[in-house]
Amino acid sequence: MMPVDEAGVVAAIQAATTPLRILGAGSKLPMLRPVQAPASLSTAGLTGITFYAPKELVLSARAGTPVADLVAATAAEGQHLIAEPPDWRRLLGTDAAGTLGGAVATNLSGPRRVAWGAMRDHVLGVRAVNGSGEVIRSGGRVLKNVTGLDLCKLLSGSHGTLAVMTEITLKVLPAPERRATLVLKGLAPVEAVAALAAALGSPYAVSAAAYLPATEAARIPALAWLGESVTLARLEDFAPSVAYRSDRLRADLASFGSAEMLDDAASLAAWADIGDVVPLIGQGDALWRVSVRPSLGPAVLAAAQAAFPAQAFLDWGGGLVWIAGPATVAAHDAVAAAATAAGGVWTLMRAPEALRAAVAVVPPEPAALARIGRQVKAAFDPRGLLNPGRIVAGV
Amino acid sequence: MIEQPEPKTDVLAKRDAIVAGLRHLLPASGVIAEPLRLKPYETDGLSAYRQVPLAVVLPETTEQVAAVMAFCHAQGVRVVPRGAGTSLSGGALPMADAVVLGLMRMNRILDIDYADRCAVVQAGVTNIGITQAVAQRQFFYAPDPSSQLACMIGGNVNMNSGGAHCLRYGVTANNLLGLKIVTVEGEILDIGGAYLDAAGYDWLGLLTGSEGQLAIVTEVTVRILRSPEGARAMLAAFTSNEIAGACVDSIIASGIIPVALEFMDRPAIHACEAFAHAGYPLDAEAMLIIEVEGSTAEQDDLLARIRDICAQHAPISLEVAKTAEQSLAIWKGRKGAFGAVGRISPDYLCMDGTIPTSQLPAVLRRIGEMSASYGLQVANIFHAGDGNLHPLIMFDANSAESFHKAEAFGADILRLCVEVGGCLTGEHGVGVEKRDLMGVQFTEIELDQQRRVKSAFDPGWLLNANKVFPLTAALRA
Ligand SMILES: Cc1cc2nc3c(=O)[nH]c(=O)nc-3n(C[C@H](O)[C@H](O)[C@H](O)COP(=O)(O)OP(=O)(O)OC[C@H]3O[C@@H](n4cnc5c(N)ncnc54)[C@H](O)[C@@H]3O)c2cc1C
Repeated sequence: MMPVDEAGVVAAIQAATTPLRILGAGSKLPMLRPVQAPASLSTAGLTGITFYAPKELVLSARAGTPVADLVAATAAEGQHLIAEPPDWRRLLGTDAAGTLGGAVATNLSGPRRVAWGAMRDHVLGVRAVNGSGEVIRSGGRVLKNVTGLDLCKLLSGSHGTLAVMTEITLKVLPAPERRATLVLKGLAPVEAVAALAAALGSPYAVSAAAYLPATEAARIPALAWLGESVTLARLEDFAPSVAYRSDRLRADLASFGSAEMLDDAASLAAWADIGDVVPLIGQGDALWRVSVRPSLGPAVLAAAQAAFPAQAFLDWGGGLVWIAGPATVAAHDAVAAAATAAGGVWTLMRAPEALRAAVAVVPPEPAALARIGRQVKAAFDPRGLLNPGRIVAGV
Repeated sequence: MIEQPEPKTDVLAKRDAIVAGLRHLLPASGVIAEPLRLKPYETDGLSAYRQVPLAVVLPETTEQVAAVMAFCHAQGVRVVPRGAGTSLSGGALPMADAVVLGLMRMNRILDIDYADRCAVVQAGVTNIGITQAVAQRQFFYAPDPSSQLACMIGGNVNMNSGGAHCLRYGVTANNLLGLKIVTVEGEILDIGGAYLDAAGYDWLGLLTGSEGQLAIVTEVTVRILRSPEGARAMLAAFTSNEIAGACVDSIIASGIIPVALEFMDRPAIHACEAFAHAGYPLDAEAMLIIEVEGSTAEQDDLLARIRDICAQHAPISLEVAKTAEQSLAIWKGRKGAFGAVGRISPDYLCMDGTIPTSQLPAVLRRIGEMSASYGLQVANIFHAGDGNLHPLIMFDANSAESFHKAEAFGADILRLCVEVGGCLTGEHGVGVEKRDLMGVQFTEIELDQQRRVKSAFDPGWLLNANKVFPLTAALRA
């Protein structure tokens, strides 16, 4: 089913008697657990920007609006989507162009997340239809709002299991006038993460920080010429600030080696590819995303590499570890164990259905939290219609 | 006085046994039950509402909190969590049959990690206490409510508090990584940690701003940030609210997001000037304080750009601080605003709606008309960048009529905020103050959805049940 308005979503849910697979364009279907449902309900028919007030930094659009349309609309006003939502079509092997609803429902953020917050941090308001077919709103169209429980955050990252979002309001910001990226070459992961910590802990508002081993760096055209592992810190601001801060950052990080600088165009290209996880496209049959304390990113990387032939790199200053490897339970267990040992969490991002159905795709929650989770699910979707089993089997 | 849920007669009847049970769980000084010593807990920052609680407990560890919660749960006793009690919406107002659970003794900083840019602190650490603990390394905790000397991080988390700099750094929710919570049943849970974006439901986001409805927060992992090289302010004064509003629009449209962008109307300017002698222009109808960050050269560059923009809006006064001291002088009046209004009128209600910034001139005009018709003075302070409006309504607390008028005036302002596309509260929370206005912003279906989420955490409605949601028949009975 692909209704063209919210009333159609309400009607579809009210009429449903068996579970529904909830999707936007379907670009994220290869993620998490496969949903067993006889029918699908897509928001891809709900499109269009409904409100955009650049001077108020607020944009609303229907859930099925392609993210690319929002990127274009904000760019036309010299603004951008703050969390830099990535385009994972090639990574996940789909043609479907990701929608706003999908980006928010999966809370997926790009490299800027480390400094400026996740997708969920910029969701100001939502309209959604719960599992009983009731329209609920939370938040609104203003930047500051603490009225009632924050269901915007709860629905962000809930993967369509609680309610079907029909319209979303985001905070947007002016796009930077200039970008530059400082590159340190040839560092090992531990040193690299120390350099990134120094960069992120500097007063220069570093807006992205990543480490790519030589093999992975070679798969990004804007970085391949460097020929070694790369440690990258991005600055985004007015041109005079970027010039000044580049010099200061280079001086502050001098103990890690002499630095190259990527200019505006090269920075744009390199970070788009990092966000889109280009180095791991077509690598391995399974893909994991591990979030840990940044200083422990290298340990997770090393543990994965010790367990199987892993392709991997670090974003978010070391705190986000992308790992590609074989789609086996043993490899999955190794990643989960490494994440757990580092006090972090994992998500199985892509794998053949057999593995996704067989393992916990995210860490199991302690019993008390799992109980609350089931009760929250029932509070939105008492009939268990929406995306059952998408995150956790049986919920 | 606001309507309270009907006290549970069985709980009131077994008060002594409850107090005795609590004394088994906590050190002697951690249970307060003597009427005279309960008195300080009867109210919070919204002192018009008062209610002495059944008892107060002051646990020192998460385990003690868990023991208290398990006991109260077993006994069917309501619990009102409390930080420093600075809530301006009555968020910490007790109930006659409730135990107030104060977190102020849990005031230790447990861990600071500069490399990973986070700190783990107990819920009773003050907001400023975090920044002070990391200041020697030039780090800070970003959200900075004006109450930061007193208010506690557990209260900030539960109110999702903002501050003067949230245009640049976000509110509390945007600066958290993890929580340790105790459920209503007394289970201890870790939510998130020293990493970004936990997998699964965003419990951290849901708990933030939940006003003590869902769980007790005992520890918080916050993000700490490196301080900018410096900051400087400028002041611009205009002949009308419209012009000042247009100037704010032009600044944002230029691509500059100042770290602070504060607006004061004529009564606020006069009140602050009389109090702080900051040199504010008394002939102005509206004034902006604009702050930027960076190196001295970066500040100069940004301030020059903003100055040029202001100059296009026929300012009657334009003053750019040249030094940090001049900057402080510009801020002095604004920072003292509450005290200043307090001098004109010892009693005032601080309202807290948010409006679309474009609606500011129209909203201020309507508030002016209401002020005339209610016969009560009002001064408006506005976080202009994010639309958060703080009208300070002055009244005479010795006159019940004056207080009721002030309440009605405040409610009218909040209705207006919703009507123009905004919301009831930008940072102070719903509490008891705005509880009965929730229907202005939400449908009954939406309120029930939120109530069911509360029930998922707290099926028996034992946690802070007199707040946020209009009382249901079940709570009244
Ligand atoms: C002069 C003044 C200026 C202010 N300025 C600002 C401002 O600029 N920005 C702003 O946002 N607010 C401001 N406030 C409001 C207030 O300071 C904030 O709401 C603050 O976060 C409350 O913290 P607290 O420790 O005093 O919490 P309390 O008032 O004690 O409690 C607040 C709420 O949180 C709950 N709670 C407290 N601790 C816990 C816990 N550990 N676990 C579960 N629930 C808990 C309480 O039940 C209550 O509902 C101001 C208040 C005053 C008096």
